[in-house]
Amino acid sequence: MPAYTPPVADMSFLLKDVFQAEKVLTGLPGYEEVSDDLVSTILEEAGKFCAGVLRPINQSGDEEGSRLEGGLVFTPKGFKEAFKAFVDGGWSSLSAPTEFEGQGLPRTVQILVDEMLSASNLSFGLFPGLTRGACEAIEAHANQELKETYLPKMISGQWTGAMGLTEGTSGSDLGLLKTTAKPRGDGSYTVSGSKIFISSGDHDMAENVIHLVLARLPDAPAGTKGISLFLCPKFLVNEDGSLGARNAVNVGSLEHKMGIHAQPTCVMNYDDCQGWLVGEANRGLNAMFTMMNAERLFVGVQGLGLADASYQTAATYAKERKQGRAPGAKESGMIIEHPDVRKMLMTMLSFVEAARALTIFTALEMDKESKSTDAGVRKQATGLVALLTPVIKAAFTDFGFEATVLGQQVLGGHGYIREWGQEQFVRDARIAQIYEGTNGIQAQDLVVRKLSLDGGAPVRAFFSDIAATLADGAKVPAVAQTAEAVAKALAALEDVTAWLTTGEGANALEQNGAATDYLRMFALVAFGWLWVRMGLAVVAKGAEASPQETRKLAVGQFFATRILPQAHALAVQIKAGSAPLMAVASTEF
Amino acid sequence: MKILVPVKLAIDSNAKPRLKADRSGIDLANVKLSINPFCEIAVEEAVRLREAGKATEVVVVSVGVGKATDAIRSALAIGADRGILIEAEGRVEPLTIAKLLAKVVEEEKPDLVLTGKQAIDDDSNQTGQMLAALLDWPQATFASQVELDGAELVVTREVDGGHQTLRLSLPALVTTDLRLNEPRYPSLPNIMKAKKKPVETKSAETYGVDLTPRLSVVEVREPAARKAGIKVADAQELVSKLKAVGVL
Repeated sequence: MPAYTPPVADMSFLLKDVFQAEKVLTGLPGYEEVSDDLVSTILEEAGKFCAGVLRPINQSGDEEGSRLEGGLVFTPKGFKEAFKAFVDGGWSSLSAPTEFEGQGLPRTVQILVDEMLSASNLSFGLFPGLTRGACEAIEAHANQELKETYLPKMISGQWTGAMGLTEGTSGSDLGLLKTTAKPRGDGSYTVSGSKIFISSGDHDMAENVIHLVLARLPDAPAGTKGISLFLCPKFLVNEDGSLGARNAVNVGSLEHKMGIHAQPTCVMNYDDCQGWLVGEANRGLNAMFTMMNAERLFVGVQGLGLADASYQTAATYAKERKQGRAPGAKESGMIIEHPDVRKMLMTMLSFVEAARALTIFTALEMDKESKSTDAGVRKQATGLVALLTPVIKAAFTDFGFEATVLGQQVLGGHGYIREWGQEQFVRDARIAQIYEGTNGIQAQDLVVRKLSLDGGAPVRAFFSDIAATLADGAKVPAVAQTAEAVAKALAALEDVTAWLTTGEGANALEQNGAATDYLRMFALVAFGWLWVRMGLAVVAKGAEASPQETRKLAVGQFFATRILPQAHALAVQIKAGSAPLMAVASTEF
Repeated sequence: MKILVPVKLAIDSNAKPRLKADRSGIDLANVKLSINPFCEIAVEEAVRLREAGKATEVVVVSVGVGKATDAIRSALAIGADRGILIEAEGRVEPLTIAKLLAKVVEEEKPDLVLTGKQAIDDDSNQTGQMLAALLDWPQATFASQVELDGAELVVTREVDGGHQTLRLSLPALVTTDLRLNEPRYPSLPNIMKAKKKPVETKSAETYGVDLTPRLSVVEVREPAARKAGIKVADAQELVSKLKAVGVL
């Protein structure tokens, strides 16, 4: 297993030279001291922790897996110690509000740490990730008493969080869920039902696990408008904050999965356990959706992180593996000299660095959305984040998974056996395309809801941002060709967007059939845009640019010439319409 | 007890050093630089002594250009209390560094100077020894264990034949070896606090030390590439080959 080098240099370049993050962040109340210098130091140390503590237990954790014994979950060797080190290091509290003893750092820093966590050990990274999601939902919707009882300990990492949504017959459609909650008369509720696929549902690394459970109150309306959110702790909490009796929050079994074996994905039985209402009755989905944007961005960077980890291994291997004669070579050489191998590495690299850029762009918008004092800025940021969230979640995990497959392919047979760790990345990456709303659902969200949001204002604003960069790019010789290719792809995307929103395709049948292709096309154009932006930053830096930064000009050209043309094929596919999809009767399958 | 920890910013242990085209030295442009690992061990040891209540203050000092502050900030994130940066351009030799540090010792009056036994860039392994000589202090180099016993320091040293234990009276100088401790991962709150800890910047000139190098670097070369081995048919051939090259 080769070492993982945390991509802190690239992150710092993007923050400083491409997005002027310091200027954006220090202009937001609460982030006045978040300088480039502070951010790079934090990323540097977080990277060391990920590579030095979490990465070494990634493969062993996968081999061993979590196990269920006597109703309790035990994590693989080393996880408990690593989690303690993580918590002692204060990493669980990074972006949590200072009011509840968090460090109050921006989302932008958090998401970059999340990338390195995911690249080093996805199973581990899900523990703090889900806890943060639960904290955000509690912070936004729970009453003060619940906040004060639960948030400080969850933020510090003394307790962790889990989200109980899915049931056997209620997955993408939460309106079907059956878990019930009945008032006990003392302000609390009795929650009963069974949930599946509950990540971090139980484990031995923290004292308590706080479950946020979706359930129906008596007389609740049918469907999604009758769902409420309840907080159900594994151990009840006494008045003084100490742990009390065991609550009836029980692990039925551990799911047997394709990947993330170290992560205990549980079947949870809430056997008349005690719970407390979070937010208003029947507004549970709303409470859940508060943290959905952030969680989906987190899942997106899981695809990115795993793709980078796989890329780094593949590049190391390709430079050391002597095999075959490359075109024009007189004797056998390293496989990296073969154009076909280069194509795989370049495909991975051109995704990873553009995706990282889109992550930072979006995270900065999220920070503006939550902190800006200017209502106009907040509104525009909200629109952009809403638009880009499904794109990041689905495109990063689709391209990310494909990248891990390429990274496996570069190693040939050695990619299929376990030693090099490449096959684990493939297995681990696969889940990110599925959970937190399948990528199909994300595409529907983009096409059906997000394109028409605010009368289409966010998508128009985004496209005009892209066009402005391309106009700048056209004037700079080193990026002009890339900018021209992106401009053509953008024109095609605008055309398809019009077709889907106001043209012949503006109906449920066409939108549904076009959605995944459209989201992919949208992502390709966004990546192309960022290659131009990165190229411009490299040119502006001149002789100061490092080799790794200068390299971006060539990677951008590769992307524009060898990857981006797929956007035009996707446009043709989309416009072929849904009719070919539906031509065979369902009974004939 | 006050501890002074001189630290150096060196090429990161994971970075691949590249020669300058004219072979005058290592090309440091675009190479990742970090606190020298031996210095990091010295900082960790000093902070542990303070955490154990045996030291009251840990001051780090570095000599170099502005970037050397990175080494100081790393030390502050581990837990050092404050930093001093002595700005000096170009190549500063161990003896010059030792002279500058001797001046800092005069000002700061520490009871103990703890520093790395050498830096992983040029492996000079001289500064600590020279500083002790200039100060006329007892020194213990290559320490693998440091304990305070009343007003004395008991230091276990790693030497060729095994371990040697020395007893030193304070003030003293100790240089650290690899096995002294395993530096911690700095915690996030400490990283953030480190940004607010004071770092005083001074110019090397103010100390009245002549910075002119006394050595001239003739050429820097990469180590010779390893030559391909040969296969021997059996043990007999192996023995005869080993005899032929004179190792048996």
